[in-house]
This record gives sequence, C-alpha cells and structure tokens, in this order.
Amino acid sequence: MLAGAGSGHLGGSLGLADIFTTLYFSVLNHDPVQPSWSGRDRVVLSIGHVAPVLYATLAHAGYFPLNELKTLRKLGSRLQGHPGRDHGLPGIELSAGSLGQGLSVAVGMAIAAKMDRKNHRIYSIHGDGELQEGSVWEAAMSASHYKLDNFVAIVDRNGLQIDGKTEDVMKLEPLAEKWRSFGWQVLNCDGNDIDQLLDVFAKAQISQNAPSVIIAKTLMGKGIRSIEGDYHWHGKVPTTEQALEFLEQLR
Amino acid sequence: MNPYKNRGDKPTKTGFAEGLLEAGLRNPQVVCLGADITTSVGCNLFAETLPHRFISLGIAEQNCVGVAAGLALEGKTPVFSTYGVFAALRTTDQIRISVCYNNLHVVIGGAHAGVSVGPDGATHQALEDIAVMRVLPGMTVLSPCDAMQTRVATLAAIEQCNGPVYIRFGREAMPDFTSDIMDFTIGKSQILRAGNDLTIIATGHMVWEALQAAEILETSGIGARVINMHTIKPIDRDAIILAAGETGAIVTAEEHQIIGGLGSAVAEVVVQHHPVPMAFAGMQDHFGESGEPRQLMEKYGMTARAIVEAGLTVIKFKMQIAKCN
Ligand SMILES: [Mg+2]
Repeated sequence: MLAGAGSGHLGGSLGLADIFTTLYFSVLNHDPVQPSWSGRDRVVLSIGHVAPVLYATLAHAGYFPLNELKTLRKLGSRLQGHPGRDHGLPGIELSAGSLGQGLSVAVGMAIAAKMDRKNHRIYSIHGDGELQEGSVWEAAMSASHYKLDNFVAIVDRNGLQIDGKTEDVMKLEPLAEKWRSFGWQVLNCDGNDIDQLLDVFAKAQISQNAPSVIIAKTLMGKGIRSIEGDYHWHGKVPTTEQALEFLEQLR
Repeated sequence: MNPYKNRGDKPTKTGFAEGLLEAGLRNPQVVCLGADITTSVGCNLFAETLPHRFISLGIAEQNCVGVAAGLALEGKTPVFSTYGVFAALRTTDQIRISVCYNNLHVVIGGAHAGVSVGPDGATHQALEDIAVMRVLPGMTVLSPCDAMQTRVATLAAIEQCNGPVYIRFGREAMPDFTSDIMDFTIGKSQILRAGNDLTIIATGHMVWEALQAAEILETSGIGARVINMHTIKPIDRDAIILAAGETGAIVTAEEHQIIGGLGSAVAEVVVQHHPVPMAFAGMQDHFGESGEPRQLMEKYGMTARAIVEAGLTVIKFKMQIAKCN
C-alpha cells in the first residue's frame, strides 16, 4: 500500500494492527453493510497519520473492496493521506489529522450519547507523542467531569515520535498517573497481545462513572524485525523491494 | 434625513442571547457550550432556561470546539460562544479541521467584537476574527448591525444553515434601529438608504455610523447609498457589482482590521467585476488600547466622520477618473 503511494507512515500503522484487528473483529458492535447505523460503536481515529491501518482493517471487515487499498494517497482516491469524510469512504467517523483534536470530538460524541440515552460506545485512538498537545488534557478533564463511562480512549504507547523517543523529546511519564489524576480508569496492556487486549476492552466496558484509557504498549514496525522499534520508520515508506521482503516476514 | 429611529441603545450581545434562547426553545437538538464567561457572551438566558442542554466546559476553548464537532456529528446543533479573540483565534485549527473540514453545523459566537469593548484593551478587542473566519472553506460569517438583527441572524444561523457559522457581536449598548419585519436572508445585503454618488458598505456597529455619515454627506449635496453587509461570507456580489456600476465609488466601514475584513472581501469582488475607487474605514493595522468605546472609535477612525472623510476621498478619485476619460 505505502510503497505504491510513495509516502505515508509505516511504523505506526504496523504497531497498531493488533489493536485494530481486536477492535473491529471482536469488540465493536458495528455493521459494515450499514456504516451509518445509529446504534454502532464509534471509532474516532485522532492520529490520522495511521490511516493505512484503519483502511486495511475496514476493507478486511467488508466496508469496501480490498483492491481499493491500492489507491491510497492518489488523486481522486477515497483513501486520503489522512482520513477525510467528504471523500465518501464508508466507516470514517471523523476527518482528522491535526494532532490533539480527536479526544475532544469523541467527548462530544459521548456526551451526545448520554443525552440521548443511547447505549453505543465511543472509542478513540491516540498516539503517545500526541499527548504532548495541551488540548488533549482539556478534553481528558471534561470526559471525567461528565463521567463518560461510555468512552474508551486507546493510547498507542510505542515510546516513539518523529524526532526520537518520547521520553527524550518531551517526557510523558508517569503517564498512567497523569490519566488517573484526571479521573480516568487506567488499563495497561501489551498492545500486540490480542488476549490482553480483549481483557482490557472487557474491563473498560464495565467501567462505571469514569471514562477508561487503555495504555497499550506496542512495538513500532511490529512484525518486521529490521524496523521494529526504530523511530526512523515512523514516517518512512519502503521501496518496492523492501515492501516485498517485509511482506514475506509478516507472513 | 435618517429614516431609521433608534429605539434605544442595546448591546448586540443581547440579541444573540435572545435568538439563542428562542432557537433552543423551538428545537430540542440545540445545545449550548460554555467556556466560563457565560453571561458576558450571551449564553446566560439559554443556560438558565435550558440547563440540561447547557454544557459547561470551563476555560478550555479548543476543547469546546472539538466537543461541539462531536455533538454535531451526532445530530445536535451546538452553539459555542466566547470572546471573539478566543472563539476565532485561539481555536482556529480546531475550527478548520474538526468543524470545517468535517463540514459540521456548529454555530460559533464571537463576542466583544471591535474596539468598542473599551477599557479591557487590546487583548480582548476582536479585530482579526472576520479575516481568519472568512478564509476557512465552507464557513459562513455573519456580522449583524444591531441587537434586533443579531437576534434574527442568530436564529438564521441556528435554523437555516447546514455548515459552520461564525457570528460576531459587541458588548457596548449601541443604537437598535432595524425592524424585525425587514427581510433577513443570509448572503443578501440590505440597502438602507438610496444614493447614486457613492456607496458606503458597512457591517456591525458601523452601519449606524454609515447612516449618520450619509446624512452629513447629503448636506454637501452628495447622495450616498448605504448597504448593510450583515453577511461577510458568502458576500453579496450582485449588490456590490451593482453599487460599483451605479455609484462609481465605494467606502467600506467595519470595526475590524482593514486587512482581510469586509473591505478586502468587497475589494475582491470590485477588482474582478467592476473596478472603481475604494477607501476603507476601519482599524489601520494597529492593536487597540484601553479607553471609553466612543473615544476609541474616534481615535482609530471608526465613526461617521471617518466615513465622511473616506467618502470625500473616493469622490475626488472618481472625478479625476471621469476627467481622464
Ligand atoms: Mg508514538
């Protein structure tokens, strides 16, 4: 996909594959045939730059044909570099790409669900570097203020961002304590272990009076030994030869 | 003679508060978001009357805009109001991506517009909000001229629009003179006074000043047409082109920077369709300062007198051009 597009973010997408698979194939209440069914659980992808993993998951779940994945980032494609609703791709809840905004939007969706006494859940997906944006913490404060127990935020804790390790660029730890002090239920897990993910999603669903955050430790570039944990691959694209070699490893 | 009577000074903010409450009472999907300064930005009536639909979010404007986007995605009609300096400028990125790029019907109120906020000084005088809001794709920008029209415009923003809307209003009590039976259509300006020697296109508080200016010009035998451009975007191109053709000279008047505001929006139409001499009354690339509203409007050239001077300048240009032809 990315080799064909010539640009994009490989490492982050690979690290999130297990989380997306767990969400779309086990956790979510959704219907790919009726993408705007009002009872569906909502997924807000705050980190628009990992759009490839969202697109690949949606296609495999049946939202649109797999061969459309080849159009990623091409002129006229429904698969924009960062998700864009107005391009008409089914399953996209929010056009996003400017970091730090998705948590607020998800809070608004969760408040609306509470007001209308609806039972669906809101899931939002964030990067760890993204948590350096101040608006994230404005949103975090409001989610616990309104006791949004229908809301689950997932943080992709790969420890990396474009300039290097998050702890070198701008320290995030102690991260769990930060969320806890903002009034959230914190659930830690290995984000590349599906059993652990299923377990924390189940715990999040029975939270009462507080939103939940899943801090999922992931390995950037998961599944491709030569790039695992290497921040240089955050926004890098493989050559065609590399792509073939990487795909071989993933199998 | 000025055919419009001032029923008594009233802040345009009050019109916003009344319109918001009216819309809220009519439609249960209307919700209001508060960023702490509820009363001073016209959300108090709604918050007191419909508290279950008032969402307090504290001093966190960026979050307010994002939450509004989420509510709009779920079918609510969110209205978020705060001082224009924060509503339009602190949250520009959230408005651009979460609201405009998602094409959501979120109504953003920009209070304390212009220098007429007075003693608070430059930090709280919104003078760049029109420029920044009108550049965003899909955004509608409203700048009604008095309390009555702000009420009507607020209702229109909430009930008639489908996409994002920014509506600006002021704090100081100003003449309230339009009638609620006057037709108000978003994107359609109002000719408040006929005239064929020049056209004054004004917005917000400056519309009343423009009417005064037209009277002064009349004593010198100059007939000034006065247009109330209550919608900055989409701008009423037809009225501008017609005014350029029929009067041959245009003055714009706004309580805003002349860079990027109403004057620029009008000039964009004029230079493309019917070039005529123009002059701009408004803030000339300065910050404001503390002072009484009237003192500030005088010091920074946002009064009837400033409009008259600009009018005499464009008339002179117009005559020079006529001589050359
Ligand atoms: Mg990261």
